[in-house]
Amino acid sequence: MTNNTKKRIALTGGYAAAEALKQIEPDVMAVYPITPQTTIIETFAKFKADGEVETEVIEVESEHSAISACVGSSAAGARTVTATSSQGLALMNEILYIASGMRLPILMVVSARALSAPINIHGDHSDVMGARDAGWIQIFSENTQEIYDNTIIGMKLAEKVKLPVMAIMDGFNTSHCVENLEILTKEQVQDFVGEFSPEKSLLDVENPVTFGPLALQNSYFEFKVQQESAMEKAGKEYLKIAKEFEKLSGRKKDYFEAYQAEDAEEIIVLAGSTAGTTKDVVDRMRKAGKKVGLLKINLFRPFPLQEILDALKNAKSLAIMERAISSGTYPPIYNDIVNGLYQNGETKKVQSIIYSLGGRDIFAKDIEKVFEDLINNKISKEIKYIGV
Amino acid sequence: MTQSSEKKFDFEEGAVIRHDLNKAPKTGDWRYMTPKVDKDKCSGCTTCMPFCPEASIIMKKYKEGQRDKADIDYDFCKGCGVCVQVCPMKAISMEKNK
Repeated sequence: MTNNTKKRIALTGGYAAAEALKQIEPDVMAVYPITPQTTIIETFAKFKADGEVETEVIEVESEHSAISACVGSSAAGARTVTATSSQGLALMNEILYIASGMRLPILMVVSARALSAPINIHGDHSDVMGARDAGWIQIFSENTQEIYDNTIIGMKLAEKVKLPVMAIMDGFNTSHCVENLEILTKEQVQDFVGEFSPEKSLLDVENPVTFGPLALQNSYFEFKVQQESAMEKAGKEYLKIAKEFEKLSGRKKDYFEAYQAEDAEEIIVLAGSTAGTTKDVVDRMRKAGKKVGLLKINLFRPFPLQEILDALKNAKSLAIMERAISSGTYPPIYNDIVNGLYQNGETKKVQSIIYSLGGRDIFAKDIEKVFEDLINNKISKEIKYIGV
Repeated sequence: MTQSSEKKFDFEEGAVIRHDLNKAPKTGDWRYMTPKVDKDKCSGCTTCMPFCPEASIIMKKYKEGQRDKADIDYDFCKGCGVCVQVCPMKAISMEKNK
């Protein structure tokens, strides 16, 4: 096969992630199906059944077992991936901390979905935001192209920094929508991610080790601080790997995408699929002479605070739009950014907005209204809910 | 964000530690009953070996011309008695510590 033959195909987000996983061809994938993640695993299981991959697909009885199997397999020295959504991610919660604490480079593709109750299978960021303190690197994706890219970048990043990675797409909005995307060849992907050779593993019987031993008052704290310093460094590694991927694919990669943000006076900050609609609104309003812009967050944990503040520095006011509630306080991205603004001594007006919970549609006119409110200085301390 | 980046730790990453038997706590003193192998009854079938939760049983040469027999590492055997239950020859018995 010839290199650099850029192939354009139309896929759902789930299929695109499965395609990326097929090209990575991990050693082990332990999964339990859940909507809207199912598109990933059913596609990957088909690849396995058709003999296109040699991955060991482990079917388990719950997500708790899926991530537990991943911890075991990753500690044994196998390149390991999984995928989940919503309640599944919530059920995994206990083991998420173990995976990151044991510094296991597991890749998890997440189709972000609302949490029960009341039961709802549609997209929002409640599940992944709930797992944001679990010590996992989190990368958000706007569309099928980005989830394909982030799956590949995430695998390499995890193994480089020895921390688990979540590659996140919006449930249904991305996972079930068919879009055009450009895929690499299997050889290119294999070259990019390289061979996985962990320094220590359970199956290395010549150098026996123990994973997850007891660490009490005299050492637990040090291990946690050490893990945190690895998390901080992961930001720079992400950028390095993303730039490498940019060279390979020709698609621009960064901590975030600043769309018309350089000279913008009003900026919307958000993560995920709504960025597409927002760009459209920005274009339309720019034509009408309004200086508006968008900052779409790609890397969410570790949070590239300084870089984001630099990109926002010319704005007069911001609207931080999020698809998750942080019950009893402001939502996560708002908190992160306002912290940074205060540290920098900036006095921008910032509006917190929650939208599209449980897959509620958001329209261009809603986003236009957000911009108009910023322009007309209708900014309050209270959280605004769109479409309620 | 934190000052941790400059700090150096001589800790293993993620608390993944190398095995060192000399540093391992000798859990043998937790034992209250002690399994004893009757080497004449033991047929050397190795059934007990994978069942031992502490991996404290190995097969050892007992007499020339015979199969290796079960041998218990009393430094680490906690005296759970699983080997006694699984032995098909009833060659292992529990005795109270003296």
